[in-house]
Amino acid sequence: MGLAKRIIPCLDVDNGRVVKGVQFVDIRDAGDPVEVARRYDREGADEITFLDITASSDDRETMVHVVEEVAAEVFIPLTVGGGIRTLEDIRRMLNAGADKVAINTAAVFRPEFVREATERFGSQCIVVAIDAKQVNEKGEEPRWEIFTHGGRKPTGIDAIDWARKMVDYGAGELLVTSMDRDGTKIGFDLPLTRAISDAVSVPVIASGGVGNLEHLAEGVLEGAADAVLAASIFHFAEYSIHEAKERMAAAGIEMRL
Amino acid sequence: MKTIAVIDYGMGNLRSVAKALEHVAAPGTRIDVTSDPERVYRADRVVFPGQGAARDCMRELQSRGLDEVVLECSRQKPFLGICMGMQVLMEFSEENAGTDCLGIYSGKVLYFGDDLTDSVSGLRLKIPHMGWNQIHQAQPHPLWKDIDQDSRFYFVHSYYVQPDDTGLIAGETHYGRVFTSVIARDNVFAIQAHPEKSAAAGLQLLSNFSRWNGETQT
Repeated sequence: MGLAKRIIPCLDVDNGRVVKGVQFVDIRDAGDPVEVARRYDREGADEITFLDITASSDDRETMVHVVEEVAAEVFIPLTVGGGIRTLEDIRRMLNAGADKVAINTAAVFRPEFVREATERFGSQCIVVAIDAKQVNEKGEEPRWEIFTHGGRKPTGIDAIDWARKMVDYGAGELLVTSMDRDGTKIGFDLPLTRAISDAVSVPVIASGGVGNLEHLAEGVLEGAADAVLAASIFHFAEYSIHEAKERMAAAGIEMRL
Repeated sequence: MKTIAVIDYGMGNLRSVAKALEHVAAPGTRIDVTSDPERVYRADRVVFPGQGAARDCMRELQSRGLDEVVLECSRQKPFLGICMGMQVLMEFSEENAGTDCLGIYSGKVLYFGDDLTDSVSGLRLKIPHMGWNQIHQAQPHPLWKDIDQDSRFYFVHSYYVQPDDTGLIAGETHYGRVFTSVIARDNVFAIQAHPEKSAAAGLQLLSNFSRWNGETQT
């Protein structure tokens, strides 16, 4: 008996439509965020994260409507990331029905933004997304750095120091994505996840690299993650969320089944 | 038509609570998200949600003249406190270097502590307590109708309620220690978890509340 580890499916949304090929045979419109979110909720998702990848900021308003529609029908926690740059962006998403927002680039450009956001809205709704890449030479102690622009631009900031700083600034949760692993399907960067989880007091979500259900269990058992986030393995219906939870429970992990 | 007032005192997002109530409330129920004390007084049932910090919560309640309304309604009609709306019913919270609360029940609100460890694995536990945990129903109650014993609800909090009178305890949860996650007395039911974010179990609880007459016999 105790707190369950969480599985969080992540949906990329471009101008109001789910992209990166969600494929379900039993869904009428696989591009409709509401339908996809409902499906994940039925399968037992513990939370859902929407990543707004809309390029033009003029079209961001669309994401507000997406959140409103999903929040009217899906009663589990919802997180929105992508393009969150101002306190007004956060207020609009929370009012639309999001429970948390994920701040990424804006925190790197101006760390004080995280402090202002947590003071205004409370730590419980501020997730800081950390995109990290391993930068040490072979044979050296592992070291990771924060990257921006989808992993293309180094910042020189040490990922572990950054994680501690963001928690000091009030972040209620950290979403840690390995830019080395993202899209590879070879599993999380477990040493990275573990190093950050051990360094901070708040929950850590592991992300980047999931290719099978063992990877999810490893994220918790070896990476010490409190939650695991994945996209493609659920979108292509390779595995259902329920199946993933059963596999994790069989590995001795406390889950909500 | 019956009305459920959701008290809006400027703390965070009430849309989820209102939407979940609209989704499951008894037919003909109107959900009124309001900061107007008169409208809260006139409602048939009252939901007192909340998030954020205790001091901000108390300050906002007092500045809007809503503290008296909460006290009155907690004596009169079916009343549901959620999260911070449970904590401030107590006398005192450790949060923000100590905050005096509404004092409807004697007892305190305590910090989980930075050295919280899992009693089985010995691992350090994260704060806030965030995610799905079980609520053990400690006494029968109409609001537990059709909710399985030890069902999981969604929590996010760093402080927990410790009532002096253990007879208030209607639900308990384990996180490093056993803590009181639900209190109930007469027409008041208050829960630390977020039923509006707790999928089927949470919706069932809100549905039960929307039909509750405020009596404790099951």
